[in-house]
This record gives sequence, structure tokens and C-alpha cells, in this order.
Amino acid sequence: MSETREIALTVNGMRREATVPVRVMLADFLRHELLLTGTHLGCEHGVCGACTVLLDGRSARSCLLLAVQADGCEVMTVEGLAADGKALHPLQQAFHDHHGLQCGFCTPGILMTLVELLRDNPNPTEDDIRVGISGNLCRCTGYQNIVLAALDAAKRLRAAGPAP
Amino acid sequence: MKPPSFSYHDPRTTADAIALLGRLENAKLLAGGQSLMPMLNMRYVLPDHLIDLNRVGELRYIREGEGAVEIGAVEIGAMTLQRDIEFSEIVRRRCPLLHEAVAQVGHRQTRNRGTLGGSLCHLDPAAELVAVAAALDAKLSIAGGNGARAIDFAAFPVAYMTPALEPDELLTGVTFPCWRPDHGFAFVEFCRRHGDFAIVSAAALIEEDKDGKVTRASLTLGGMGPAPARAHGVERALIGEKVQEKRMREICESLRALEAVSDIHAPASYRQQLATVLSRRALLKAHDRAMAKRGT
Repeated sequence: MSETREIALTVNGMRREATVPVRVMLADFLRHELLLTGTHLGCEHGVCGACTVLLDGRSARSCLLLAVQADGCEVMTVEGLAADGKALHPLQQAFHDHHGLQCGFCTPGILMTLVELLRDNPNPTEDDIRVGISGNLCRCTGYQNIVLAALDAAKRLRAAGPAP
Repeated sequence: MKPPSFSYHDPRTTADAIALLGRLENAKLLAGGQSLMPMLNMRYVLPDHLIDLNRVGELRYIREGEGAVEIGAVEIGAMTLQRDIEFSEIVRRRCPLLHEAVAQVGHRQTRNRGTLGGSLCHLDPAAELVAVAAALDAKLSIAGGNGARAIDFAAFPVAYMTPALEPDELLTGVTFPCWRPDHGFAFVEFCRRHGDFAIVSAAALIEEDKDGKVTRASLTLGGMGPAPARAHGVERALIGEKVQEKRMREICESLRALEAVSDIHAPASYRQQLATVLSRRALLKAHDRAMAKRGT
């Protein structure tokens, strides 16, 4: 009885078309249909932030969005950060260098949140970063190294100049 | 935790949305989805139809309006994103209380999707935007099968999380009357974690004369009962007073008698204590800002 719809959207720069049940969440569509399992699902009610993706450049909880709502939109997931699949994005590299992750479950959501934050505010204070990631839960790191990594990434991104 | 099956509708105009509401049984309007989607995932609500308003562009706007008094008003469409309110220069300038409160709504990721109208119609008693609507005596524009109407926000909450909307009606816009440009304002809340709903919040607005005596005041407490409560007694007591710590302590003490709910977050007595403390802080902060604007 599940109603379906055809949707077309851009995911990490690639055009994707699919027929999806209307009740399917964007997070599940990304993971099960497109096999982009980098987007993680923690709480499935918009609290933990693990499923954060960029929708038309703005961070959003993909567990609170229907896939049909992303029709015609541009979605960016953690897989889109290291575009060529080789060199890490400066933010990812900074997380690697500063031990900004332990188990890594929350990391994709935190990275996508920070991508937006650093784009809108290239020179954030520690406080800006702590407020910025307050919607992302990490149970391993105590956030300390995440904040250090974000501050360092901001510095590296500033040195590299504005993103294309 | 996945939502139940439903039929999905995404109208492009308000008129189409109203027509769908009139035609479909057990339909639910979807605004930003930051509350409804969790409720669907947890199966607290089981609608047969979901009417998604996100593609109704005419419900997204922020503009300066005429308002009832010469100072004017800010008019905001029901589907305007909380994020767009947060970064609106008009809101910052004309409705600074709303600007201060919206930044305390959830997190960046939820404000990017969450809407003004969604928050007001969800009507969580502790929601920041609900308290602001009460504090500013917002006027609500409602449209339905029988045409459009406008009501005062005070008449909007009819019961716990229940807005005064007929089944075929929807909220289209909100008018926030502005205060004098030199008014003071403050929105303060207490919650255990950043981004949570407030346990109690206090919204204060004051206008003062050149001697610093209050000529107009608004004080609202959120999170106490099923809907935000205007502290009319305190508002009256403030007229003619100078806002000073000791006097505010006395005046705000009366708020301990406000009715409050007890729940998992806090007992009633704790909320009453918060009401006295947060009100005092909000009034003092509003006064400081009014003073700074006067340059005294």
C-alpha cells in the first residue's frame, strides 16, 4: 500500500533518479538506495545529529526529512568531502591529526555541521564552534579534540583561500 | 523508528493546501518537520495524509508592515524558516526580542528547517517563539475554507498544545507589533542543555521615560503551564517604577504564586522559583538595554 514517487536530486555532484516510497526518510534513502552509508543514524528523532547532511548548502537532519522533500535539491554527504576519494578534505585531515574522533559514529554529522559553520564563519572562536556543534552528540571524545580540530581546520582553510 | 504509511501531498499555493485540508480526512500539515517528524517516527501521530507546505513559497516572507500604531509592525509568513528570522536585518532592528529568542530555538540544523508557523501551531508550552508571540501581542492571520480571519495570539492556545484552528484552517502569517525604537528587551531561559526547550523562560519588554521610569511593560513566562503566561500584575506594578535590583526582587516575588506544572524536568515549586529569578534578570537586562539606547 506504500505510495511511491519519482524523485530526481543531486547527491555529491551526481544526478540521481529513483522511485521512492513517500514515507522513506532521506537518511534511509541515502544509505539503502544509494548505498552511501557514511551518513549515520543515531536517534532517529532529531536529537543526536549523526545524520546531518547539507541540503542546498544548509545543514539539516536527514532523519527528519522525507526523501521526496529533497526532490530537485542538492544534497551533500560526508562522502562528498574528499571528492576524488584520495586526499582528505582539510577538515577531515584536521580531525585525523587531532584525534577528533574515536569510534567515529558521530563524525560524519559533525563534519557536515562544521563544513557549513566554517563556510559561513571562516574565523570562528572556540565558543562559536562549541555552540555550532551543540546539536551533535559525541560519547567518546569529550569534544575537546573535536574543537581543536575544528579550530585548526579553520586556520588551514583560511590559508588555502576561499573554496571554489 | 520509521514513520507509518501515509499519502503525501505537496501543494504550491495556500489555496491548494486549504482545498486539500477540506477534502482529506485525517490529514496533517507538515511545516519544518522538526517536531512532527519525530512524532511520526515514534508513531505518536498516525495521519492518513501529510500535506507538506514547504513548496508554498507565498508563505515565506519577512516584511515591515503598518501595524496598529505608528511605530509599525513586522509581518512574517508562517513558513518562514527560523534561520531566516535569525539572520533578518528587519527582525534584528525592529523586533530584537524575536531575534534574541530565535537564536535559542534548538540548533543550527533544526533552525535551518524549522519554521515560525510550525512552532506556533505545535504550541509547545516551553517553546521560545510561542513565548515571544505572547510577549509582543502578536496577531495571527488564519485562512481556511470559510475565508481568512485574524486573531490575537492570546486567544490562540485553547488547551495544551492545541491551537484555535479549525480542521480546514492553517496559519498563514504573524504580525509582531513593534515597540518604540528605544525600548529595552530581553529573552532569558533556563534549560539543562544548550538547545533544549526551556524549563522556564522569561521575555521582557520595557519603555522608559527620560528619568528612567517605566511607561510600558510586558512580561511573559513560558514553560509554567499549558500556554505562556503574561504577568499582568507585574506589568501594572512596573509602571512609574525605576528598574532596580532590589525593587525588581520585590515585584517579581509575586510570581511565586503563578500556577505551574510538575513534570519529569522540574516540580512546580522549582518552576515558580525560576519564574521569580528569570523575570528579574530579564527586566534588569531589558532596562540596561533601554538605558544604553537613551545614552544615560
